[in-house]
Amino acid sequence: MSQHTTTAAPPHEHPPHLRHHFETLTQQFDAGKLGIWLFLATEILLFGGLFCAYAIYRANHPEIFLYAHQFLDKTLGATNTVILLCSSLTMAWAVRASQLGQRKLLVALLAATLAGGGGFMCIKYVEYKAKFAHGLLPGTHFHPHEEGEEHAATAAAPPVAKPAPPVSGPALEVSRIPAAAAGPAGTVPNREPGESEGLGKRPSNAQIFFGIYFLMTGLHGIHVLVGMFAIGWILIRSARGDFGPGYFTPVDFVGLYWHLVDLIWIFLFPLLYLVK
Amino acid sequence: MTQHASDHGTSHGEGIHPAVGHVVPLPTLFAVLGALLALTVVTVGASYFNFGRFGVWIALAIAVVKASLVVLVFMHLKYDKPFNAIIFIVSLALVALFISIALTDTRQYEPNTIPGYAPSIKTNPS
Repeated sequence: MSQHTTTAAPPHEHPPHLRHHFETLTQQFDAGKLGIWLFLATEILLFGGLFCAYAIYRANHPEIFLYAHQFLDKTLGATNTVILLCSSLTMAWAVRASQLGQRKLLVALLAATLAGGGGFMCIKYVEYKAKFAHGLLPGTHFHPHEEGEEHAATAAAPPVAKPAPPVSGPALEVSRIPAAAAGPAGTVPNREPGESEGLGKRPSNAQIFFGIYFLMTGLHGIHVLVGMFAIGWILIRSARGDFGPGYFTPVDFVGLYWHLVDLIWIFLFPLLYLVK
Repeated sequence: MTQHASDHGTSHGEGIHPAVGHVVPLPTLFAVLGALLALTVVTVGASYFNFGRFGVWIALAIAVVKASLVVLVFMHLKYDKPFNAIIFIVSLALVALFISIALTDTRQYEPNTIPGYAPSIKTNPS
């Protein structure tokens, strides 16, 4: 891998972008990639914690997920999925364009990617706004407006912190997660009458779903915003003509980050929007 | 810019652009996008059927296929040094370990795990 200069054209004899502490461009490139992949691994672990919370709450309270996911708009979610997938394509294409020195195409593709991120955030805004308007907020702020307010009062009431009963430990745990006995994830029969099309009876603690929803999609949305800033940065630089076959590393690395954001959404979409 | 005919060239030693890295051919990129969109349609469609407890596994399997396509082609992992793949897979394995152990743990609190020992849930109204 280190023999790239042996047969290279004269411009590669003294690569202008090769830092002095690297032997070759390949070594520099591989080192950078290793770094960005390590960063992506930490991102995966960060989201892994949230996926763990999702898994535990879904395993313990499947009826909450079955009920509450009906408030999410599958159409908007699917649209956002398509938008992100397309922006992933334009990003991958932009990396290719920078590798081949197609400057105008690179700028256009980065702009398209940026527009995809913007479209995603706009749809997210519409979704969040509807959730806020309906009072579907996490924790004690949960007070749905659409149906019985008396339900809202009980659902919004924070669980009373009972003193530990003088029995075994498991008893305390059971009282905290009353639905745990219902069964593993997805095995709960439709206990709510008329649940198929109408939303059905609200289970207690439905706000748990919205807490998880807002945390997961919110953190993901922050990542989209960060990715958009990064894309804007390389968009300016590529318009300036900084990138070409000899040096496209920032485009490549921002692309990797953008794909990771897409990757996480690939899992968030079915897990949150397509529970059933 | 005129001599990038060999898109399939390895990342070095050919004296063509780019100096490093692998250029993914356009048809491959668009084929991946097509597959991703098709799988999105499949996973949305599957959500309208009731697969019971397997529903979440079907959705996750489709998501894993989609993610693999993105990682292998869009993120160049297929063409990268294997060490990057090792880092990626290890991070996934750690997340899987984390979630599975946490799930195993939370299942221990099911009241019927030890019949007749742990109190039934109905005795604990909340």
